[in-house]
Parts: sequence; C-alpha cells; structure tokens
Amino acid sequence: MTDVEILELTNKVLAEEFELSPNQMKPEASFREDLELDSLDAVDMVVVLEQTFKIKIKKDEAFKSIRTLGDLHAFILAKKEEMGD
Amino acid sequence: MHEVAIVGIGIVSVLGTDLETVAGGLYRGASGIVADEERVALGFESPLTGVINGFDPTGRLSRKQRKTMPDYCMQAAVAALDALEMSGLEPDALHNDESGLIFGCDSSCIAALEQVELLHERGETALIGSGAVFKSMTSNITMNLNTLLGTMGAAWSLSSACSSGGHAVGQAFTLIATGQQERIICGGAQEINWQSMCGFDGLGAFSKQARSPQKACRPFDANRDGLVPSGGAAAIMLERLDLAEARGANILGTVAGYGFSSDGEHLSVPSRDGIARAGTKALKQAELRPADIDYVCAHATATPAGDMAEAANIKALFQDCAPMISSTKSMTGHELWMSGASQVVYSTLMAQKGFIAPNINLEKLDPAAQGLNVVSETVEQGPGTVLCNSAGFGGTNSCLVLRFQHGRL
Repeated sequence: MTDVEILELTNKVLAEEFELSPNQMKPEASFREDLELDSLDAVDMVVVLEQTFKIKIKKDEAFKSIRTLGDLHAFILAKKEEMGD
Repeated sequence: MHEVAIVGIGIVSVLGTDLETVAGGLYRGASGIVADEERVALGFESPLTGVINGFDPTGRLSRKQRKTMPDYCMQAAVAALDALEMSGLEPDALHNDESGLIFGCDSSCIAALEQVELLHERGETALIGSGAVFKSMTSNITMNLNTLLGTMGAAWSLSSACSSGGHAVGQAFTLIATGQQERIICGGAQEINWQSMCGFDGLGAFSKQARSPQKACRPFDANRDGLVPSGGAAAIMLERLDLAEARGANILGTVAGYGFSSDGEHLSVPSRDGIARAGTKALKQAELRPADIDYVCAHATATPAGDMAEAANIKALFQDCAPMISSTKSMTGHELWMSGASQVVYSTLMAQKGFIAPNINLEKLDPAAQGLNVVSETVEQGPGTVLCNSAGFGGTNSCLVLRFQHGRL
C-alpha cells in the first residue's frame, strides 16, 4: 500500500465511522474543535484504525499527543513504516 | 394534586412503525406474530415471536447517537421524538429541571452478549468499542434520551418485569401530579431476539400453535396455550394539565389514577387479588367507581394461569359491572417490559379514532372468564374511561386509569 493509499483509507474509515464529509477531512482539522470528536470517539478511533491497518496504537504515547488529522496521518505512516509495510 | 394530560404518543410496534398504521392494525384486528424457524433449530419449544418490519432509524438518529443504543432503544428514541412532536412542545421546552424521562426496561441481553463475543474475538477490552457499556445497561433508554433531548429533570429507568412500562407511566404521572415535574416523556421498550427469550421459552410458557402464528395468541380463550414473546417501544408525553391548556396544547386525554400492589406470593403465578388491589387504588385516586370504567385494556397474555388469575381479579374489582375488556396482546403478542406503556398508547389511539380494539382469536371463552364482557369484534365507539392492567414476575402489579375527552363521563 502506498502512502497516498494509506492516507485515503484513513480518511475513508474515519469518515464512515464518524459520519464526516470529505470536505471536513483537511490535515489541519482538529479532532476536538473542527470534527467535534470526544473521548468516546477516541476509543472507537483506536478500534477502527487497529482493525483496518493491523497495528497496535492504544498504548503508544505518540498517539496520545495527536490533535489534528494531519498528526494522525503522520502517526499512521510512521507506524506502517516501523512495521516494514 | 395536579391533573396530568397526555399530550403526545409514539410507538414502534409489531403492528407498525407509525401511529396511523398501528391504529389501523388495532381496528382491523391484525396480528404481528410470525414463526421464526431459527428458534426451532436452536432447540426452542416455540418458534413464535412478534416481528417489527420496516423500522429505519437512520433518518432520525445519527450514527454517533445510534452507537450507544441497542435496537429497542432506537425504537424508544423514535417513539419519544414522535410523542414530543405531537405534543407541540419545542425541543427547547425540555431543557430545564422540570422536564424528565422515565422508561420501563428490564433487560439488555444482546448488548451484554455482544461485548463478550467481541472480547473473545479481538482479545482486548480496548477493542470492544465505546458503545457496549452503555448499550448493555438496562437504563440505556433514559441515559441516551437524556443526552438526545437535553432534559434536565428525572432521568431513570424502572425494572419490574412485565409491569415495567406500566409503573414507568405511573411514576411519571405521580411526579407531575405532586408538582415535582412539569412534563415527562415516559414509556417502555422490549428487545426482540431469541437470545433474550431462550430461558423463558424453556419454562414452557410460550404458545406452541406454530402452524397458525396469527391465531396462536388467544387471551381468555378456552384453548389458549401460552404467550407469544414480542416487543418494540412505546412513549407517552405527559404534561401538567394547566400548563398544557395554557399553551393551547391538544389534550389527548388524562391519566387520572395510578395504583400499584405486589402479591407477596409466588414468583411466577399471579395472585387472585393483586391486580384488583392495584385497580382499587387507581380508581380511588381517579375518584371513580368501578361502574365508571367502560373499557379494561387487560394484561392477559394468554397463559392458562395468568388469564385465569386476571379474570378473578377483574371480577373481584368490578363485581356486577361489565366493562368491555380486550387484550391487545392477542394481536401484538406479549411486549413484556413495553406492554404497560403500549397499552396506554393503544388505548389513546382507540379513543382518538373512536373504537375499541378486539380481543382476536377468542372463539370459546374460558369458563373462568364467564361473565366477563370480553369483546371479540371491533367496537365502533371509543372508550371514555379506561383501566390498563399490567403485571410482572414476582407479583408486581400496575393499574392506570385514563380518561378521554369524548367519553361518556
């Protein structure tokens, strides 16, 4: 999977899980303020990302500092690279 | 004491998912019962169940809202939204301490099972997802509706087996009558799935007349052989009468009295005087005599022992009076936690549309019910005063007296 495909898939599964529209999916979009996701949504974000990409993120300290969609993109790409995908 | 008005109703039932369809089904004597062959394969004694067709909550509830709701909670939410809309109250009118929610619910079986299955499948609690904990609580209806509607007063659920819905309406009535709340959306809901019913099926309490599902549920009939499990959700918007009148609301009727009792006897066999004692209290509070009641919306589930006990209770309460009696469960099956509340919705629909629904499948009145005026055909006149009976395991009984504008009183 290319980096572009990974980012597209990330946006797709998040849009589906949280009923977000494509024009909301900007890298600078803040999960809390712009996308209005709360702490319960964060639980489901972990589930959907772990299930989609077969990665472990729940206990990753870097995941806790994610604030924007762009932060998440960078985190997922780094995780996939770390796993040698 | 304040008078309490019914200003809105909503229902998702095996007879339909909107009020007009449900009213039509009640009038025609329709049945919402089917045979579910999966239950036979699983080892059930009875394949019979109520079934809800065509319910789609996606236009009314967002994915995030649905995530913490089991199916019956979504049905309760849609019923509550319908009741609120009918009341003519703006959603903002609920955002205060005087507006509340009370629903009857006594299980959330599927949700509890699903979280266990997800844990086994995914190997970590963190992968169960955020919705499971809320969905698996029996208070999930009121916790979700409280968030959905922004009510700031009472917000709790009540569990008393098959009288849960009746007591929920009764308690909501009481809180408004005593001035502790101004308006409450109350009701009851019941999940329909084999998982929640397998233990009950094992008691042999369900009808086995599987060849003719629509004829299987036969309250008060000499050949009845058990109840048919069913479900859905019913909601009633109650409001202090003076406040409803002051805002020019359409008053559908009033809840005039609520009586409760418990048997203090057997876990599953109802007593011969429990419902009668609750009914006496409800009539006293409504300042009515037994002769003033013209329709009894019976609890009658079609179990041999239960109907016989209710017949004895009705005779004890009404003596030589002969109110018309029918059990809507003959059409819907037993809606369990929902039933005490759905009886209020069904009775209100009958009053609105000007008829009394028949007790279908009554071919030969049980000798124990001889002398009771059980109506087997639709009556072309609406009820003016109604007594709704409901009773649950453990011997807990609820009786509600309803009054309607176009009645004879």
